[in-house]
Amino acid sequence: MESDVLVVDDSAAIRKILQRVLRQTGMAIGNIFEAGDGKEALALLGQQKVSLVMTDINMPNMDGLQLLAAMKGAPDLSTIPVVMVTTEGGEAKVGEAVRLGAAGYVRKPFSADQIKEKLAGFLPGTTPS
Amino acid sequence: MNLKDDLVRSFSHAVEELFSTMLGAKVVPGEVTVEHQAPDAHDGVISIIGLAGSWAGTGCVTCSPTVACRFCSQMLMTESTSVNEEVLDAIAELTNIVIGSVKNDLERELGPLGLSIPTVIYGRNFKTKSAAHAEWYARRFHWDDDVFEVRVCLTPSDRSATLQPHVFGSASLAD
Repeated sequence: MESDVLVVDDSAAIRKILQRVLRQTGMAIGNIFEAGDGKEALALLGQQKVSLVMTDINMPNMDGLQLLAAMKGAPDLSTIPVVMVTTEGGEAKVGEAVRLGAAGYVRKPFSADQIKEKLAGFLPGTTPS
Repeated sequence: MNLKDDLVRSFSHAVEELFSTMLGAKVVPGEVTVEHQAPDAHDGVISIIGLAGSWAGTGCVTCSPTVACRFCSQMLMTESTSVNEEVLDAIAELTNIVIGSVKNDLERELGPLGLSIPTVIYGRNFKTKSAAHAEWYARRFHWDDDVFEVRVCLTPSDRSATLQPHVFGSASLAD
């Protein structure tokens, strides 16, 4: 069974790279949806059911932490794992992501192997690394 | 803490890690310069990002259109022959990742810092000006025969800012 994934980043370059990397992992991934900020992501999540959200933290309009908080507060979205993909390595932001319920954290720059390792266990049919 | 040494070391670590991880390429750190003003009249691409906190300043990446296109092509595995929106976006992300990494290193000494959304400018004979009266620490990087530069200007934003190590609470995310 294939899983749909939502990639949220204000950088079209990163969205494109993540699309490519996700396809390279060999995981059973179906549609990969894209959003440029948290607001776009929430609007899309109202229309599409996904198995995983990968989001940047620093974005205009609504950042990744605000998106995470909004998802955890919405009964129909709260169980979707959210993996933060960001340059932010500061304890303050990482700690906030943990407190809000982030499922994982990938620091930019990332390799395909790092993405695959971090996503293992979050998609149906995969096991934690 | 020696700001210049720490910045220069951090530049190299950030750029080398980005190129090896996401481009499968090797860069060679080059000359280090300290300047008392923003870059002079400039042709090409400059990407600027703000840093804010107890210390504040600006980070930027400058390169030629050729280097910008080469970076975009290699990062996105596309063929970019002219500076378009995709190329500018790739350079913005390069800046975000490199200066973001530098920010993470600096936070150990300076406490939490915020990072703005990058702005990228492409043109000819333009001049930049920073309102901050601080030195710019710059390092060139050689990517085969191409060259680009990373620079940061950083100054205490209030009198209480010190160079003492900052202690955070502990938190972790599951691997």
